[in-house]
Amino acid sequence: MPGAASQLEPAPPPSGSSQQTIIFKDVSIAFEENQVLSQVSFELTSGETKMLLGVLGSGKSTILKLALGLIKPDSGDIWVLGEHVNQMKEEDLFHLRRRIGMVFQESALFDSMTVRENVAYRLVEEHVPAEEIETRVREALRFVELEHTLDMFPAELSGGMRRRVAIARAIITKPEVLLYDSPTAGLDPVTSTTIIELLVKQRDVYHTSALMATHRLADTLTMATHYFDEKANQMLPIPDGSSIEARSTFLVLRDSKVIFDGDVRQLAASTDEYLREYIS
Amino acid sequence: MELVSPMDIAKESVQAVQDYSLLAWRSVSNLFTRPRYVSDTLMQADLIGVGSLPIVVLTGFFTGAVLALQSSNTLQRFGSLSLTGQLVSLSMVRELGPVLTGLMVAGRNSSGMASELGSMKVTEQIDAMRALGTDPTKKLVTPRMVASVVMLFFLTIISDLVGLAGGWLISYFLLGLNSNQYWTTAWQSLVFSDVFMGLTKPLLFGFLIASVGCYYGLAAKGGTQGVGRATTQAVVAASVLILVVDFFYTKLLIAVFVVH
Repeated sequence: MPGAASQLEPAPPPSGSSQQTIIFKDVSIAFEENQVLSQVSFELTSGETKMLLGVLGSGKSTILKLALGLIKPDSGDIWVLGEHVNQMKEEDLFHLRRRIGMVFQESALFDSMTVRENVAYRLVEEHVPAEEIETRVREALRFVELEHTLDMFPAELSGGMRRRVAIARAIITKPEVLLYDSPTAGLDPVTSTTIIELLVKQRDVYHTSALMATHRLADTLTMATHYFDEKANQMLPIPDGSSIEARSTFLVLRDSKVIFDGDVRQLAASTDEYLREYIS
Repeated sequence: MELVSPMDIAKESVQAVQDYSLLAWRSVSNLFTRPRYVSDTLMQADLIGVGSLPIVVLTGFFTGAVLALQSSNTLQRFGSLSLTGQLVSLSMVRELGPVLTGLMVAGRNSSGMASELGSMKVTEQIDAMRALGTDPTKKLVTPRMVASVVMLFFLTIISDLVGLAGGWLISYFLLGLNSNQYWTTAWQSLVFSDVFMGLTKPLLFGFLIASVGCYYGLAAKGGTQGVGRATTQAVVAASVLILVVDFFYTKLLIAVFVVH
């Protein structure tokens, strides 16, 4: 029985885990006959954004859903914010999930609610006073530059706007971890850049740890080579020889396994044939 | 067409029964834990109760009327036309009121629940809700269950009354029966066991309507086609279950009341 040993004796998180927001250790999962992840291990340190790259169906979204406890692995262990996710009951997971923000691929906004109600959802659930909710909703929507859409319904918004509202909904409680599932998929280059700028802003201004699943290499390279200048209020390229560090790393998946885990320099220096082809 | 082994079909069926039972259990146990979604429950009560009123009134009225019409023929042969009130009253209160109201509300609301929750499921809104730290069984299923049980109870009472009124209309204007006689026999023929049976059935049916509708909605997969399939399955399953449960529950109550 997979995971039987770890159920008898819960494995402690690896040492030094206070620095690590998310830890995956030998995680495997299959859907029916299809092995999606096998023996996947990685760590996400605090304040870092890790970009999960891979072709469609390579298990990127599955990693995000596993981290949230929405699905359980067949074997392996997952720790998020010090909690042993794969051994937690659904009721306990709801408390942990309130500390995590998730942006779904198709935004997954509640279509019977207005933008205001969608963004305010978590605050309403936590019984925050109405005036405070209004202030924070406006603040979150200002962050994604969509304050004018407050009373609109998701169906009235464009794909890019929906994605930005989903980001506002995810960040309103200032979560400790953010999970982005293909935030730029299906968007035009200009809108994609707007979304990436928001992600860079979140990384550099609020120092939130994040996992981002994507199959668009260009977006990940932008994230790894740019920083957010608070004074100029815009994303700028990191000048050559600068000490500024874009806290972004890459995790490349292929055939259900991790084939690369490192930063942009290591990626550029890689001699792996598949990777060379992927980044060329 | 791909052939599916009987073993897989059996496994799927057992899994479905298990999932349904777990959902039904959780929808009830949620009543005893916080948070409780009172405003969602009231909104569902309005949608299920007030929204179903016109069809329930129409169904009840015409059922009562046709009962009087049909039975008059037979009763007249035995010279017992005066028993029309009793027959309409017993049939409506014990059986037709709860069952027909249940079937009507199942057709209207089980489908509504399955399609609403199914759409939310296939567009990842259910996952989003879980990701936002909310238990969908608490926020979506329990309010629908409570609203269905409570509202079906009152809808059945309304249906019974309107059915009796329909029977009276036929008895008075077409059969020439005395109004006083109709209402007296209708009232006096009812004993505790009839009323108990008639008023506990909607509680069971209300629970079935909501739990089956929500189960098929939450189990939906495969895009809009899947939502359509879930909706149809929900109505069929809820209607059949209402009739099956009705039979066994009636049998049980008859046994209990005969013993006592």
